[in-house]
Parts: sequence; structure tokens; C-alpha cells
Amino acid sequence: MQWETVIGLEVHVQLATRSKIFSGASTAFGAEPNTQACAVDLGLPGVLPVLNEAAVAMAVQFGLGIHAEIPEVSVFDRKNYFYPDLPKGYQTSQMYQPIVGPGEVEITLEDGSTKRIRVHHAHLEEDAGKSLHEDFHGMTGIDLNRAGTPLLEIVSEPDMRSAKEAAAYLKAIHSIVTYLGISDGNMAEGSMRCDVNVSVRPAGQEAFGTRAEIKNVNSFRFVERAIAFEVERQIELIEDGGEVVQETRLYDPEADETRSMRTKEEANDYRYFPCPDLLPVVLDQAYVDHLRDNLPELPAEKRARFEGELGLSAYDAGVLSASRAMAEYFEAVKEVCGDAKLAANWVQGELSGALNREGLAIDDSPVSAAQLGELVARVKDETINGKAAKQVFQALWHHEGDSADAIIEAKGLKQVTDTGAIEAMIDQVIADSPAQVAQYRDAEPDKRGKMIGYFVGQVMKASRGTANPQQVNALLKEKLDALC
Amino acid sequence: MALEHADVLRAAHLARLGLDESEAAHYLDDLGRILEMVDQLQGLDTEGVAPLAHPLDATQRLRADEVTETDQRDTFQRCAPAVENGLYLVPRVVE
Amino acid sequence: MHDKTLTELAAGLAAGEFSSRELTQSLLARIERLDGSLNSFITVTGEQALAAADAADAARARGEAGPLTGLPLALKDIFCTRGVKTSCGSRMLDTFTAPYDASVVERLAAAGAVSLGKTNMDEFAMGSSNENSFYGPVKNPWDLAAVPGGSSGGSAAAVAAGLVPAAMGTDTGGSIRQPAAFCGITGLKPTYGRVSRYGMIAYASSLDQAGPMARSAADCAQLLGAIAGHDLRDSTSVARGVPDYSEGLDAPLSGLKIGLPREYFGDGLSPEVEGAVREAIRVYESLGATVREVSLPHTHYAIPAYYVIAPAEASSNLSRFDGVRFGHRCEAPADLIDLYKRSRAEGFGEEVKRRILIGTHTLSEGFFDAYYKQAQKVRRLIRQDFLDAFEEVDVLMGPASPTPAFDLGANKDPVSMYLQDIYTIAVNLAGIPGISVPAGFAGGRPVGLQILGTHFAEAQLLNVAHQFQQATDWHLRRPALAEETA
Repeated sequence: MQWETVIGLEVHVQLATRSKIFSGASTAFGAEPNTQACAVDLGLPGVLPVLNEAAVAMAVQFGLGIHAEIPEVSVFDRKNYFYPDLPKGYQTSQMYQPIVGPGEVEITLEDGSTKRIRVHHAHLEEDAGKSLHEDFHGMTGIDLNRAGTPLLEIVSEPDMRSAKEAAAYLKAIHSIVTYLGISDGNMAEGSMRCDVNVSVRPAGQEAFGTRAEIKNVNSFRFVERAIAFEVERQIELIEDGGEVVQETRLYDPEADETRSMRTKEEANDYRYFPCPDLLPVVLDQAYVDHLRDNLPELPAEKRARFEGELGLSAYDAGVLSASRAMAEYFEAVKEVCGDAKLAANWVQGELSGALNREGLAIDDSPVSAAQLGELVARVKDETINGKAAKQVFQALWHHEGDSADAIIEAKGLKQVTDTGAIEAMIDQVIADSPAQVAQYRDAEPDKRGKMIGYFVGQVMKASRGTANPQQVNALLKEKLDALC
Repeated sequence: MALEHADVLRAAHLARLGLDESEAAHYLDDLGRILEMVDQLQGLDTEGVAPLAHPLDATQRLRADEVTETDQRDTFQRCAPAVENGLYLVPRVVE
Repeated sequence: MHDKTLTELAAGLAAGEFSSRELTQSLLARIERLDGSLNSFITVTGEQALAAADAADAARARGEAGPLTGLPLALKDIFCTRGVKTSCGSRMLDTFTAPYDASVVERLAAAGAVSLGKTNMDEFAMGSSNENSFYGPVKNPWDLAAVPGGSSGGSAAAVAAGLVPAAMGTDTGGSIRQPAAFCGITGLKPTYGRVSRYGMIAYASSLDQAGPMARSAADCAQLLGAIAGHDLRDSTSVARGVPDYSEGLDAPLSGLKIGLPREYFGDGLSPEVEGAVREAIRVYESLGATVREVSLPHTHYAIPAYYVIAPAEASSNLSRFDGVRFGHRCEAPADLIDLYKRSRAEGFGEEVKRRILIGTHTLSEGFFDAYYKQAQKVRRLIRQDFLDAFEEVDVLMGPASPTPAFDLGANKDPVSMYLQDIYTIAVNLAGIPGISVPAGFAGGRPVGLQILGTHFAEAQLLNVAHQFQQATDWHLRRPALAEETA
């Protein structure tokens, strides 16, 4: 039987506010345990929450970024359950009236095609603390620094049909939130976490199958692998006559499998009700309009502009707009050199290759956009040839000079375009290569084109790579043909 | 809406209140009578009435995103039953 | 000194008749002598009080005294006080020392008031008799066999007994007004949001409100002025100017339109209480007010609605008491669930558990719409009853409680205890202000007249109450305490 996979994602994004969603404690990552948990975060008796404006603004920006409805009124509810990392015994969240209504996210698949994934809603809530299980005499230690960090939970419709689509969706969300600057998107530090709902159904069937929820899948790669495993498991189960149970599962990256979390003795009953310590959040139109007017260009628009205005290929436009850092770098290079296609080639080619080799992010590139821009400009105005340009890039990468011009100067890489100088080098090479000249002369005229490569190489070598290759080519041809 | 013994035990579990059987029986009686009193609400027609969560029709004020709190861990942990290395300790949590 | 009002004591301090230290010492000594039988205090903070009194005297010497500088008072043990045990009447917090001050506490301290300590209360403010305290019941100074009312019973008894001239209480369903009535003092519940709830341990967040309890409306006006106002730390506190509540106290009442809610004079009202209240209303008529009957048709739904909303909020508010970060923790928990269940079972008393169970049940799946949502809709109808009535009249009057203080142990059944609050509870659901003023006696126990106004009408309520106290002397009556009669 043919099976179809149905996937929905709940993505939790930590918002990049300075302070917590309901308190004035810092959200900085990595502090000593409980040093950033104030009375409100600890749920001490009598303290009260006050909502952070930046968290609201960031949620609305996200909503605008996915063309979602922004309801005028949203309400915070309490989700009640006991857990040691949940200090108040409830999580303040939004159950019934979320801050962001239905919207959609465009994803780009590997073949360059796009697909729209509907977002059901996004709501604000507070993060929980962390339980540390290393041995405290058989006890668990609780660190509440993270408690109260603002989270935006983005809930998709079950619109994805493959692990690749799910990963592409997650990347698109990552790209939107980092473009907007509302999250650092750092998955390793837990700034973005993901729960995946997976079910399978016979191809052509309309009704959804029973779904399993895979909790806390925290990298793009794991999302793909967890789904791949889970889909296999469900299909095998059904084909063997079994049934998928609606349950929560955990992905274990070490074993590369999902497994059932210990079933609780009874289903949860979160007893949601409106938080009486917080009032309805009312967003006036002027506020929303102001945020809309100040929205940065988002990846989808950028991709379209790169393709349309700058004339890049669909592939290049997609890659260069995928992350805000990449796009900004590329645009800065383009600004300096004045040639979008050359800039795209260099950023995607030499630079990305070097970054990948060293495992560096673009933000950590040893070569700045301004430096690379100048280098590309020198290629464009033919001050240096391509080969020399690569040398200059290596020198910049290893901090052998501050700028392309300085390196060109110091290394004497300036392209030689003086015809007299090139002719002298050609004459020397011809004089030193009687055998090759003889071969050339004896060859059929249509084979000679290939044979000229040897002479070009020798001349370039003699010029230490600085001669203009086109000039060398033309002059050589002239001189050799004169000998025939 | 009649209350049953199991409802009391379920509520006690959700609320993490330890009750033994005889306490549960005692509360069943009390809660049953309280709910009977509360059930008067069911007789009132509230069609078209919006729920009222707060007595004033006020809206949420927003706080500027500023870090105003400093580390008071030592003070806060002075009233904690069990701490070690700055962490609150609880019996081992099995995931 | 112990039977003077705050206003009189302020005059004495200003005239140099006595210092704040002398006043404080004298009252601390009185507490020491008399509170053994009353049990109105959980914690007496003598040392801190004397230090604060000295600071007040020094401020006065520098010419920096305000109207409350050096005046002693007490705080219900629901208000967090930095460095002082804050128990909320519960074993759960028997070992809890608050690391911060409640806004109310901060504002009173800033105004120079001197706190003598923390008063007894029904555990987590759940009760109408002060019999639900981990620290034992409080006795009514008028009759030690009677309850002082609740939940602010300690505050009411301490003021009535002359241990302090004033105290702070909180009112979620009548917890200021009913004990004020039972103890023969004046108690004001302000409009919801008028006074910050920051640092006040929450019972039912959408109903809780702090207010003053004192010997006169004029004293309450002074205190309300000090504690009212917007607080950035409480989202539900209202950003609205605070008037000078003392300014309009003397305004004449001619033309005042008083409404008597028909539903507040029905079955279950003690004839003696009704007699005293009707007599008080005649006093108002003699002061130029007109009286008419009005209706609050949803009154009988107030207690059912309250016993859905308040326990639901409480069940959630009290989840933070889990034995992890503060408060009672059971011995040697076997595992996490045992830690929670035993700590909470041991830490909470019976009434608190009862309300947590009710609230948990009514919020749970399948019941939410029928109970909680329906109660919130009824809440709107109840508020509308009041708003409609205030279209017709300026204030509403009636009894604060259907009976005078009942005997300790008389109300064993929780439901019959809840029904005692029939005249006070709707006010919290509507969020309007109310004041109880002494208006006579029934069987030797005080009777309270309750006066209600529309949202933010505190100044008017205080004026109406003050004019009554200019025309009568019920508020000047003092109980004969055993020690003094001996």
C-alpha cells in the first residue's frame, strides 16, 4: 500500500527580550543557577506578573511576518499542572485568544519549488526552568533561571507531507524569526525547540490517522530523522495489523529512534482558565501599523528581489536569502563591488567553501564583507585576474593584510596588461620551447586551439599569475600562427 | 451534577493533596452539598451574556523591556527547604 | 491612649503630648496584657516597632512629619513584610519570612506609620469566623464566646480591643466588612484595583482587595489615602488619581439618595439586626437623605457564583505552595508525588483543602463551561444589578451580616457558614467599594451598617459614613475587657 505522511509542528521560539515576559529579571543564557530568578519567576507568595512590551511587539512582528490576522484582543490563561521546574504550579499561556491568528509560511523545497504551510495560530507563554539530574544524593536539582523567558509557540496546521517539508518549514520559521531579530534562533541553547505531530494514512484517504507527538526535537537534522523513523514505525505497525496509539514520544538521537514516554497514570487535565492577575491585551491599530511599517524585508520578499531585481538564479537567490546574516553579508559585498552576480559567485563559492571547511558561521567569517567587496571590485575592474583573486582571498582569510588593495600591492599581484611586457614573456617562452612550437606548427589548424594551453600556462607562470589571461591568449595565438 | 467518590480522588490528585479514604469520604459529603448550592447557577438563563473575568473593564498595561532585578538568590533560598549549589532539590524526577 | 482614634492620636503627637515611642510602648504593653485571651496577633514585632517609632519621632523633630507619622497600626498576616514571618494563618507558611514588603506595607512605612505586628486571620483568608487559623481562633473582644468574624478577624479584634488604633485587612467576599461589623469598628473595602495587591498573598485574585479597619470613617479616609494608587507591579491596579479622602468628609448629606436593596432585608435577617439598620437609616433621613427601595435581582446567585470563581482562582493560586522553594515540606518524601501530596496535605487546613478541591473540580474537563463560565456570566449580571441601582440612587444601605457575631463553634457546616456572607459577597463580584460602620447592638454584640457605592466612590462612602458618626456614637463604644473590669 502507498502511505502518505501527515506532519504538524509546534515550534517554541524564545524571544530575544532583555528581561522576562512577566518580570524584570534578565534572560541572558548561561548564568549561575537561580541567579536570574527573581521573586516573580520563583512564584513567591504575593508577587504578580506584569507583561513585557517587547514580547508583545515581537509576537506581533512575527504575526505580520507570516501575514497573519492580529486580533485586537488577546488573553492570558493559566495551564495548571505540577512540576518542579514550573514554580507557580501553572504556566501562563494563551489558550483561547492567542495574540497571533491564522497565517502562512512559504517553504522552499530542494527542487526549488515552493509550498505554503498554514499556521493555525501563535501564542505567548512563559518558559519553564530546568531540572538537572546529575547526582545530588539521588535528588534532582532545579534551576529556575529560564523560568519566565518569553516563548512564542507557533502551531502549524498538519500541512506537511514529508520529513523534508517539515525541516524546510522549521528552517523557514528559523529564518523569519532571525530576520525579524525576535530570536537568536540558537537551537543548541534551546532558543528554538520543536514538537512534531506525525501520522500516516493510506494515500488518497481523507481522514487523518492517529498521531504521535514527538517532543523536543531540537535540530533541523533530528526533525528529519525523528520523522523518518516514526513514519517507518507507524507504517510497519499498521501493516503488521497493529494500531498507532495517540501518545507522546521522545526522540533519542543516540539510538536514532523515538520511544514512548512513560504513560502517566491518567490523562492530563490542565484546567485552563483566564489568568486573573493579567488583563486582556488590547492592541490598537496604530500600534500594529507602526510595527508593520517598520518590519524589515523578510526572506520571501528578499528572495524575490534577488531574483527579479538583481537577476540572480532562483537557486542563488534562495541560498543567499535563507539567513539574515547571509543576506546582509551578500548585500554588503554587492554594495562595495557594484556587481550582484560576481558578489553572489564569491559569497557562495570561495567564501562559503572556506567557511564550511572550517565549520564557521558567516558571522564569524575572518573576511569581512567590506574586504570581500573590495576584492570582487578588483576582479571586476580587472586589476587582478581570477587566479590572483584567490590568492588575495587566502591572504585576507589568514589576516596577511587588511585590505585587498594592500595585499595586491604587497604581493605584486596586479594584473599585467602592458602588451610589451607580455610580448617579451611570450617571446621568451617560444624561444624556450622549440619542441612544443614544432608540434604546434605540424598540427592540423583545428587542433592548435587545444595546444595553446601549454604556452598560456608557461606565460602565466612566468608572470607569477599576474598577466591578463585573455591578452596572453590573443597575443600567443597571433605569434604562434605567424610561425606557421 | 452529582459528585462521586472518584471525582474527589481525581481532584485531590490533580491538586496534589494527599487524602486517605476516610478524608475523601468526608470531603465528598461537604463538596456534594457545596456543589448542590452552586448548581443553582444552572437554573439561570445567561444566553447572550458575556463572561466577566475582571470587575473593571480595564486592559493590560505593558512594562518596558528593562532588566530591573538583581541577583537575590541567597535571600530567596534562605526560606527554601532544600538547596545545594544554588539549586532547589527535589526527589529524583524520572523523565 | 488606647481608645483614641488615629486622628486624636495624630493631634497628640503633633502637640507633643506624647511621643511615638511612648505610644508604641504603651500599646505593646497592652497587647502583652490582653492578647493572650484574644489571640488577635500571630506575630508582634516590638523591636522593629520601637525602631520605627524612634525614626518617626526623629522625623517629627526635624519637622518632616506627615499625617500618619508615628501612628501605630497592625497588618493582617496576609501582607508580606520583609524580614518578618508572613504566615497567612497557615502551617504552610509557619516558617516563611518574606524577602520583600507588600506595596501596602511599603506605602504605610513611607508615610511614617509604625507596625506593631501581624494579625491573625482565617488561613489564606478563607473563612468568615477566624476559626480556620493554624494559630487558633480569635475571640471577639465584646464577648469572648463569640467569633470576631473573618477572615480579617485578628485585625478587627485588635482594633476593637484597643490594641491598635487601626489595622489593615483584606476583603475577598466580606473579610473586612463582616469582622468590622462583628467587632463594632469601621472597615472599608475599596474598589477592586484601587489598592495594589502586590505582596498580598493571593486568595482569589479577581476579588481580593486590601483596605483599612479603624475606629472611624475619618481614620479610614486617612489610611486609604496612604495606601491607594497605581502600582506598576500590579497589572490590575488602576492608574487613576487618588483624591484627598478627608477633604469631603464634612459635606452635608441633604439630597443624598439612599437605596435599600429589597433582597438585603429578606429571610434569614435577624430582627434585631434589621431593627438597628432601620434605625440607622432613620438617622440618615434626619440628616436630609431620601430613601427608596431598589432591587438587586441576582443577589441569590452571588454565593453560588462566588463559590465557583473564588475556589477556582484559589486552587490555582495555591499551587505554588508545593514544598519546593519555600514553605512547609514533609519529612523524607519517598518521591516527587509524595513530596507534593504530603507537604500540601500537612501544610493546608481543612477549609483550604475544601476550596482547593472544589476549585479543581469545577475547572476540570467537562465542568468548566457549566461552572466557571456560567459563574462569570452571572458575575456580569450581578455587576449590572449594582450599576442599574446606582443609576437611581447614590448609595445602597443594608446590614453587613444577617446576624451579629455568632458563637465560636456554632457554624460547623461549611455551606451554612458560606451563607453568612450573603450581603457582602456580591460587592466583590461587582468590584464596587463598601464600608461597614457600627450601628448599634443585638444581644450585646455589635451590628454593622453596610454602605455601598459605585466604582471609585470611596470618598462619597467615607463622607456618608462620617456624617453618621457625627450624629451617633456607636463607633465610640468600647468593649469592657476582662482585665479592665477586674
